[in-house]
Amino acid sequence: MSGLALVLGAAITIAAVVFVGLPFLREPRTDDDRLDAPSEAEAGRLELVEARDRALAALKELEFDHRTGKITDTDYRVLVGQARRAAAGALRALERSSEAGIAGQQEDVQGDDRAGHNGSDGRGRVAVDERPHHVAPGGEPDQGHERERDPERQHDL
Amino acid sequence: MADLGRAALAVSLGLAVYALVVGIVAARSNRRRLAVSARNALFACFGSTLVAAAVLASALVRHDFSFVYVAQHTNRTLSARYALTAFWGGQEGSLLLWLLVLTGYGTLAVAVNRRLLRDLVAWVVPVLGGIATFFAFVLVAIASPFDTQTAPVDGLGLTPSLQNPYMAIHPPMLYLGYVGLAIPFSFAAGALLSGKTDERWLVATRRWTLAAWAFLGVGQLLGAHWAYVEVGWGGYYAWDPVENAALMPWLAATAFLHSVMIQERKGMLKVWNMVLVALAFELSVFGTFLTRSGVVNSIHSFAKSPIGSWFLAFVVISTLFSVALILWRLPLLKARTKLESALSREATFLYNNLLLVALCLTVLWGVLFPILTQLVQGETRTIGRPYYDFFLRAFGLPLLLLMGIGPLVAWRKASARSLLKLLAWPIATAVVAGAILVAVGAGSSKPGLIAYTFSAFVLATIVVELVRGTRAAGSLFRLVSRNRRRYGGYVVHAAVVLLAIGIAGSSAYQTTTEQRLVPGQTMTVAGYHLTYRGATHIDTPNAQRVQALIDVRGPWSGRLRTGSVTYTGFAGETDREVGIKTDWLRAEDLYVIADDFRPDGAVYFKVLVRPLINLIWLAGLLFVVGSLVALWPDAREQRRLVTRLAPARA
Repeated sequence: MSGLALVLGAAITIAAVVFVGLPFLREPRTDDDRLDAPSEAEAGRLELVEARDRALAALKELEFDHRTGKITDTDYRVLVGQARRAAAGALRALERSSEAGIAGQQEDVQGDDRAGHNGSDGRGRVAVDERPHHVAPGGEPDQGHERERDPERQHDL
Repeated sequence: MADLGRAALAVSLGLAVYALVVGIVAARSNRRRLAVSARNALFACFGSTLVAAAVLASALVRHDFSFVYVAQHTNRTLSARYALTAFWGGQEGSLLLWLLVLTGYGTLAVAVNRRLLRDLVAWVVPVLGGIATFFAFVLVAIASPFDTQTAPVDGLGLTPSLQNPYMAIHPPMLYLGYVGLAIPFSFAAGALLSGKTDERWLVATRRWTLAAWAFLGVGQLLGAHWAYVEVGWGGYYAWDPVENAALMPWLAATAFLHSVMIQERKGMLKVWNMVLVALAFELSVFGTFLTRSGVVNSIHSFAKSPIGSWFLAFVVISTLFSVALILWRLPLLKARTKLESALSREATFLYNNLLLVALCLTVLWGVLFPILTQLVQGETRTIGRPYYDFFLRAFGLPLLLLMGIGPLVAWRKASARSLLKLLAWPIATAVVAGAILVAVGAGSSKPGLIAYTFSAFVLATIVVELVRGTRAAGSLFRLVSRNRRRYGGYVVHAAVVLLAIGIAGSSAYQTTTEQRLVPGQTMTVAGYHLTYRGATHIDTPNAQRVQALIDVRGPWSGRLRTGSVTYTGFAGETDREVGIKTDWLRAEDLYVIADDFRPDGAVYFKVLVRPLINLIWLAGLLFVVGSLVALWPDAREQRRLVTRLAPARA
């Protein structure tokens, strides 16, 4: 092996080792080394969000199909009732889940307070997110999801 | 510098193994720093592979014949441009390109999604690491591009048929397509391994799949054009096993791009989508196996090589892994809704999927048949063009029809009455087009007539859909800009229609005449009068060229040159140089092949007049436009993913 190649090869190896070891060099010790994976509750909520998006999209698909003449007025009247009920159900389920989540989080904070903690999660973050939760009242379109209000938005192919 | 290349590849292998093993440990034990470390290993693997690629590229441009690979695929007369294309002109360089594209794609896909899909990415990294490990291992241990020797005075040179501009773009396009399918596969496998089979992996990989599919499509069309103008047999697609190897994953990916919409809309077909993603990836690796192993006879395949068995083992292992993974997670993939009606948009997507997969498996059987007969009977039996043409018509024509009907069918449930009302104009258009075609004599070929009328029908449905959509949305711009994926898809549909018209026109209605002429004699083909004026011989240090001069009168008048070139070296390889005159107004080609130049001046000519063939190449351009429209970044889509996840993390 030539001298230059040896030096360059060694440099690549050292650079790779340093880069791979970087997370441990930056944080030799940490209190929280867990992956930020969604909990079971969060995964459940994600499923409900997906169900809500699907239900609202179905409603808009129906409206768009009706406006473009793919569905007769008679069929539309039958189907739109079902779609609205499904969307309202999905929104209610999500609302219930949010309320349960907030209550659960409040209980956790009270528990922490009783135990003498200051509400920090150990990484300097506040355990309860104080941002307003983005949940629409049951049966009403969510203003925070303007994309869902667009009749053409969800129609692919 | 070969030592540096070898060292860089060895580092790549080590990093890929690290990403695989440590990635699994990190994801299983839910350890953040370890997962980031494995991710960094994947990123660094791209970096070291890039160094290896730079070393090889530099050696090729410098004509450093101490590299065995450089000596085998270039020589001193080769220009720097073609010297660079020799990167993928040989086996070892092609494999290095595979690894480079894989780790590049992987780095980008993981970097883009690392914050939002942290739990999923933790499993994606070891999957990508596993694939990279295989390719890095083959490059380090079996087929290294950095083997060295005492430098000879000159190299063997690049195969002449690879010395044309198409070779600069056609193979990289195919690689970007083949390897790109590893990204949706890795995310799908990551979703299954993590047990998080929600739709995040679909949203995250949608554009990757679309891009890989577009590259694969463009790569195939470029290959078809190369075959048409350079190989010189008069056709553009020969159902060659290696051509089929690129077609199969493209068909599977096409099916996936359609069926994924049913999962997004209805939460259905989760298992089917996993199967399609795995099928597309496995077929892309299988395609590489076909090209590299020499197991099939093809103008594309490389000589028999020891890497074939390694590739076969990888295809088998990764297929078993995919099947086991899907079976393991079957309970998580259950659909919560059912198909409400056999006459709905969902149902048409399902029919389209069945036809696409049937066509894909039919082609796969055609590719496997010679290999299986060799294994079972000890003699190779091949399946010819009639087999493929029959199934292309059997599955392709209904697919074309569905492409027209599908967009006009409502989601959930459509009534026959409203559908017929919408289809009235397209049906009328198809009937009128059919009647006109019969009147002008196009009824001579039934498949051609059917393809034309179906194409007229599909184009009319696209127009109807755009007109009605524009009315509902207020303007065409507003309609398209708000749903680029849908309307980009329609442009791609229009491209497929042009392709169908081009294929039908150029094959069903072509005129072919073969005749031996001596100087001064004339032959007539489809209104063209071709007079052979004589032959010229041009000798250069590298090649001997012989050309027949032909004067043409008719719809176009002028002179064409056609003949062949025999290269010094390359075992006296002879390539045809065809004479082509394109009439863009009629989209027609006059295609002249000259062969068997006799000492008495007689030459054997084959003349083809191929109507509408140029629509195939125009279809390619339209395909690119449609793909770009569908691929164009959509900030709202990213917001959709973020807003879905934000409440879950709140």
